[in-house]
Amino acid sequence: MKFLVCISQTPDTTAKISFNADGTAFNPAGVQFIMNPYDEWYALVRACELKEALGGTVVAINVGPATNETTIRKALAIGADEAVRIDAEPHSSAYVASQIGAYAKAENFDLIFLGKETIDYNGSEVGSMLAEHLDLPFISYASKLELNGNMATVEREIEGGVQVLEVELPAVVSAAKGMAEQRIPNMRGIMMARSKPLKVVQPVESTDHAGVTRFELPPAKAGVKLVDPEQMDELVRLLHEEAKVI
Amino acid sequence: MVLIYAESPNGQLKKAALEAVTYGKHVADMLGVECAAITLGNNVTDAGSLGKYGAARVFNVNSSNLNDLDSQVTAAVLANAAKNLNASVIVLSHTSTGKSIAGRLAVRLDAGLVSGVNALPESNGDTLLVKKSVFSGKAIATYAINSPVKVLSLMGNALRPEATGAPVSVETLDIAIPAGKVRVKETKTIDGRVPLPEAEVVVSAGRGMKDPSNWGIVEELAEALDATTACSRPVADSNWRPHHEHVGQTGIAIRPNLYIAIGISGAIQHLAGVNNSKVIVVINKDTEAPFFKAADYGVVGDLFDVVPRLTEAVRKFKAST
Repeated sequence: MKFLVCISQTPDTTAKISFNADGTAFNPAGVQFIMNPYDEWYALVRACELKEALGGTVVAINVGPATNETTIRKALAIGADEAVRIDAEPHSSAYVASQIGAYAKAENFDLIFLGKETIDYNGSEVGSMLAEHLDLPFISYASKLELNGNMATVEREIEGGVQVLEVELPAVVSAAKGMAEQRIPNMRGIMMARSKPLKVVQPVESTDHAGVTRFELPPAKAGVKLVDPEQMDELVRLLHEEAKVI
Repeated sequence: MVLIYAESPNGQLKKAALEAVTYGKHVADMLGVECAAITLGNNVTDAGSLGKYGAARVFNVNSSNLNDLDSQVTAAVLANAAKNLNASVIVLSHTSTGKSIAGRLAVRLDAGLVSGVNALPESNGDTLLVKKSVFSGKAIATYAINSPVKVLSLMGNALRPEATGAPVSVETLDIAIPAGKVRVKETKTIDGRVPLPEAEVVVSAGRGMKDPSNWGIVEELAEALDATTACSRPVADSNWRPHHEHVGQTGIAIRPNLYIAIGISGAIQHLAGVNNSKVIVVINKDTEAPFFKAADYGVVGDLFDVVPRLTEAVRKFKAST
């Protein structure tokens, strides 16, 4: 079984987000970068678990500059067997999907995993685009996945419920909470990761149709208005008359 | 034409569909083009009512093969519909279904995609400028879409459905439907309240509740407000509450009109899932709880006293209106 896990590098959840003076670019100064948590905790770990149970290879793929290799090595330390870095700035989800699609086309992966979304652009776009580039079925927001030969049984979160689906491989699956438990790489994994293959691939031509032109911070909250705990009628009045939400 | 895909799981139009049509109507008016909606499946009830929300035409692709919403099939059908109808903007809902389809549709139509938009776009020549929340609510980005065909998916609760028009008759579209590879074995729905991503009012509680047996006061407040209940991660992880109630970064991200946080300290991971709520009320006995910084209204006090009192006040208010 050949697994591909798409990993993205994002600012840490607790990072303070800022932009350059004219708001046209993200300011990476002082920001710690991590592997996108959904890619790491759910997609990568589940792929590793399945490989450990059934045999095969887990390949981690990232579109990004050489500075992303710390994140890529972490994927290898967690359990991926090899890694691919497509040497380009991941400037949009469409770009990332077309790069990974171009690479994966020739490789015949059985199952392609990625996180449900990234915590930076929150688009949930790459999986769906990648599946279309590869003409494969796509199941998003999977919270469980079991393999039985060439068939995957997948549970998926929908609004107000859960769906149980069956799909024949190959397929693309985006992973959410429930899929696996976070794995902390151990010393042996970290040592082994150093000698695992990390291939650098040149990007293919790709046109972008959408991109960010401006970033801004959300308007600052006016500050909390404290209401006396004895005065809940007053809170209800404020919610009705001032905030107009009830 | 602006073409809106109006979702109708089990044949019922979703609230998100009405929001999407309302949004699409505004976009169509801004661009001076026609607004049309499309529904998929052989079981759609009352599709013509989308006319009330601004669709001048409503189409349906009538086949039971579309009821399961396999993204590969759905995207192929929607792409063909968009081409046949010469649509320049396609609007989807940013839901479990919409998210599965949006990227596929953009690839098929060679279109620029912005997903999870939460405001109406502006038009600048052939470019659409549209905003969405990024960095888990910590910033707002304006995207420019330059392609002739554009795909937008609309965040839930970004605007209210506006029923200002009249129902229209439904036109059947004849589109070939490819075979799907995903089979739905079972759909388990959680009975009762409005699903969290669609809820306008959410009452959420955390570790401050001390014990799962104390949740009665939370449920009573939710009942009084006609709200959906939610919880923080530690509460879900301890199995005090079901996992589907977990809101926050790893759980569900929501944006209700009113979010009431009871006994939740407000860790950044929790805020990442709720900070797009329009109004946040925090009830906590700890003045230093970080959540107060993100709140609009705060009550510093013992939740076991405050919550029942608030429930009483809500009931009194509802009875008087």
